[in-house]
Amino acid sequence: MNLDNYIYLSCILFGIGTATVLVRRNAIVVFMGIELMLNAANLAFVTFARMQGTLDGQVVALFVMLVAAAEVVVGLAIIMSIFRARRSASVDDANLLRL
Amino acid sequence: MTAMLTAVPAVVRDTSGAEAVLFWILGPLMVLAALGLLFAKKAVHAALGVAFVMVALGVFYLAQDADFLGVIQVFVYTGAVMMLFLFVLMLVGIDSSDSLVETIKGQRWAGLLLALALGALLVAGVGSVTFGRAQGLDEANADGNVMGVAAKIFSQYVWTFEVTSALLITAALGAMVLAHRERLGKRRTQRDLSVLRFRKGENVAGLPAPGVFARHNAVDTPALLPDGTPSALSVSRVLRARQQVRPADQFGTDVARVEDDVEQGGRR
Repeated sequence: MNLDNYIYLSCILFGIGTATVLVRRNAIVVFMGIELMLNAANLAFVTFARMQGTLDGQVVALFVMLVAAAEVVVGLAIIMSIFRARRSASVDDANLLRL
Repeated sequence: MTAMLTAVPAVVRDTSGAEAVLFWILGPLMVLAALGLLFAKKAVHAALGVAFVMVALGVFYLAQDADFLGVIQVFVYTGAVMMLFLFVLMLVGIDSSDSLVETIKGQRWAGLLLALALGALLVAGVGSVTFGRAQGLDEANADGNVMGVAAKIFSQYVWTFEVTSALLITAALGAMVLAHRERLGKRRTQRDLSVLRFRKGENVAGLPAPGVFARHNAVDTPALLPDGTPSALSVSRVLRARQQVRPADQFGTDVARVEDDVEQGGRR
């Protein structure tokens, strides 16, 4: 098997994540789409690290994971506070930058 | 970079056969689970699909000589992030945000088309590049993967690592501030509630407890009033709204069944 297949898989996953962000309206599902995109990028990083024979790709993937974890915590807290104020988690309902 | 992009003769850069089998089994399953995120009606099903993708990615990392990342992937994503998502799903509950009414006309098809175009562009872009012969990580992982990654993190990337700690602390503080809700009034004690009930003059002794009968003492069993009608006040209003309250006329058949059981037990 060729290592390129991992890159193709990561492209497909990235595309699905993009479609989720564009199509779905539930804020939590949209957020999961973003997570999927980040993970697809991570898969590409790990595969490139293997192609290049250095561990830099893996270190970058680790930092991506850290940033994603921080982003999830803040994002879900924002979704919670918006839901508390508006009783809805739809991305189409919130059209003002205030609660 | 140039070394990576120079064309190489069509060498078979085969990974091991076991890895190929793993890839062709897990890869399609991953794509299916990811499509579940896109098409599942219920957000919980979408979350399960994503959790599967995360676990499968962890397996792929392990297969690709990234032991540390593989374990961290399962811990951080499946263990922490997806569980956080499920917690928030439980807190938010099911609402109308997945209704089929489009705010912008044709947004769904336009979005799907754009995402498909992006995916095709990425695949075409990757397809047009010839990657050099894969180096493999045997040399870099000579002291073990964890040692190799640690050597990178604590030498070349140490500044990034330090900055990450600031990011994580900021994120934790931000989440606490965002999720915090200030209590507006004083917390009402049992005494205050009792005084309020007396002021209002209704349900002075508190709401009736749910029914306790020979076979049922669950919260979905309404208490019976002296005339035999069920008391709506004795059941949670959520259960009433969901129509999950046990109808009172079934109690009679229950009594008959208990008597039957007792009789048969005596015979036995």
